[in-house]
Amino acid sequence: MSDYLVQFNNISKFFGKVIALKDVTMKLKKGEIMCLLGDNGAGKSTLIKTLAGVHRPDEGEIIVEGKKTIFDSPKDALDMGIATVYQDLALVSLMSVTRNFFMGREPMKGPPFFKTFDIDKANKIAAERMGQIGIDVRDPSQAVGTMSGGERQCLAISRAIYFGAKVLVLDEPTSALGVHQASVVLKYIVKAASQGLAVILITHNVHHAYPVGNSFTVLNRGKSLGTYEKKDISREKLLSMMAGGEELNKLEVELQEMNRSSAN
Amino acid sequence: MSTKSKSIETKTDFNQDERLKKVSKLKLLLNRPELGALGGAILVFIFFGIVAGDTGMFSAYGVLNFLDVSANLGIIAIAAAMLMIGGEFDLSIGSMIGFAGICIAIPAIYWGWPLWMSIIFAFSMAVLVGYFNGILVVRTGLPSFIVTLAMLFILRGATLAITRLITGRTQVPGLRVLIEDDPLAWIFATDTFKWVFTWLGSMNLIALRTDGTPLATGIPPSVIWFIALAIITTWILMKTRYGNWIFASGGDKNGANNVGVPVGRVKISLFIGTAVAATIFATIQVLDAGSADTMRGTLKELEAIAAAVVGGCLLTGGYGSAIGAAFGALIFGTVSMGIFYTDVDTDWFKVFLGAMMLIAVIFNNYIRRKVTESK
Repeated sequence: MSDYLVQFNNISKFFGKVIALKDVTMKLKKGEIMCLLGDNGAGKSTLIKTLAGVHRPDEGEIIVEGKKTIFDSPKDALDMGIATVYQDLALVSLMSVTRNFFMGREPMKGPPFFKTFDIDKANKIAAERMGQIGIDVRDPSQAVGTMSGGERQCLAISRAIYFGAKVLVLDEPTSALGVHQASVVLKYIVKAASQGLAVILITHNVHHAYPVGNSFTVLNRGKSLGTYEKKDISREKLLSMMAGGEELNKLEVELQEMNRSSAN
Repeated sequence: MSTKSKSIETKTDFNQDERLKKVSKLKLLLNRPELGALGGAILVFIFFGIVAGDTGMFSAYGVLNFLDVSANLGIIAIAAAMLMIGGEFDLSIGSMIGFAGICIAIPAIYWGWPLWMSIIFAFSMAVLVGYFNGILVVRTGLPSFIVTLAMLFILRGATLAITRLITGRTQVPGLRVLIEDDPLAWIFATDTFKWVFTWLGSMNLIALRTDGTPLATGIPPSVIWFIALAIITTWILMKTRYGNWIFASGGDKNGANNVGVPVGRVKISLFIGTAVAATIFATIQVLDAGSADTMRGTLKELEAIAAAVVGGCLLTGGYGSAIGAAFGALIFGTVSMGIFYTDVDTDWFKVFLGAMMLIAVIFNNYIRRKVTESK
């Protein structure tokens, strides 16, 4: 028996004649952070949607805690503990922290037919959970719109964990953030993993992925270029493996030539 | 390193919690969407108190008069506000009022139905129209502005055509005699707290007719409906799961969907809500006047939306309040009646209505920027 929490074996997805994904394999243990790296158009979005249950893979198998499963809908994936935090975070900026935290899953109180939204309990839990990540929401009824991008990202992740995520799929959690904010979010991701979650971190930023990842899968044009343990690969190697790597080198050479010619 | 300093920061914040709480409570009050409308209503009352304080506007009869007008508008404004918070418009409210009136009058007068059955029929039609509006908007993804604009014409046209086809005219009178002893109609046609007014009259505290009965006979049914609806909808928005879903559906449709909010069902139910509110409005008016008119309710949808906007609703959805819309309706009702007690020509009412709305939109826009801006 494998001790993998979740395995995606030889996943392929076709849209008509287009091969969006071909034989992508990913295995995650508890507490592990796998970084999925790829340039734009590498198939990251398709892969995320397949993990989240939006797309059904045309080939390959998904094994969660040793059991082979098929996701028919995003709800299926969620029920198996695979929670996806999309780039838009599914947060409503005009609504309060609490109302966002429990959106769609409000805690209730009171007798049947007269159940009301237990806002006090919700406020308490939301403030507590945010406090655990070091975000002090002085007032959980403040609008999410007043929070910084990093705090919003943490709120979305914290919400997914609170509602029973075992595997977190994070879609570009740091792409819209500044250096400081990104580091806060990355730190939180590491903390979440250390509590026994498996994390799939999707990003095109090697500098964000390398410090936190245990293993790295590079995706290029729908195919996996392989999965590497951190000890087996350097940051520079990862960079050049992504499609952008080579091109950046070329760009550097070109720019140098331009400089030289303009100096002349 | 930077993350470390962050956690230290939050610690110090904790020590200042006592002081910060106070500030945030004041801010909380300022951030309430209905604040502008509440302030506006107070200003309106102060204004008329000064200008028309001794004219009878604030006699029992005068107060009930402007409350009745406010309440009628309020019933549909509250429903319109709920729908706006849910992110959609309903421009067919006014046409639905005319249609519902005919749905009551024609069966009752021409088909011999008992009045209660006609009223139930009208409400069933309202649910159907609301459902149709809702399912059309949700399924097609078209803006509700366009879909309900089409419904505005369809319903008004159908009301006119059907009425003329069956009755040969555009009005259906003769309902008053049917109200008596009807098991349902009294809910929409009874003045309440009559004994209070009789007592006040006997004490000579309010104006009397020449026959000794008080001029103001009781609280009109519209006011009771209005207050009840304002309380129930506010409770729904603030205290229930469904209320949270309304805010979520209007605030970010996709986000809400992603976390399991049944956005489509929420929106459809809100469209049914506006159609039903229009039918409550129509039933009260039809029973009060004793007749149905095909043109009843014309332009009411815009007044309802205006009141909702003055009450703090954003046109983009996700923000607003039912009680705010109630205050908005109170402002419009008070001014439209109060203007008769002043020397100002009543033609100016619409100017006021427009200016009020413009101020409200600018104010709301500012509030929204404040609520959503990052630190």
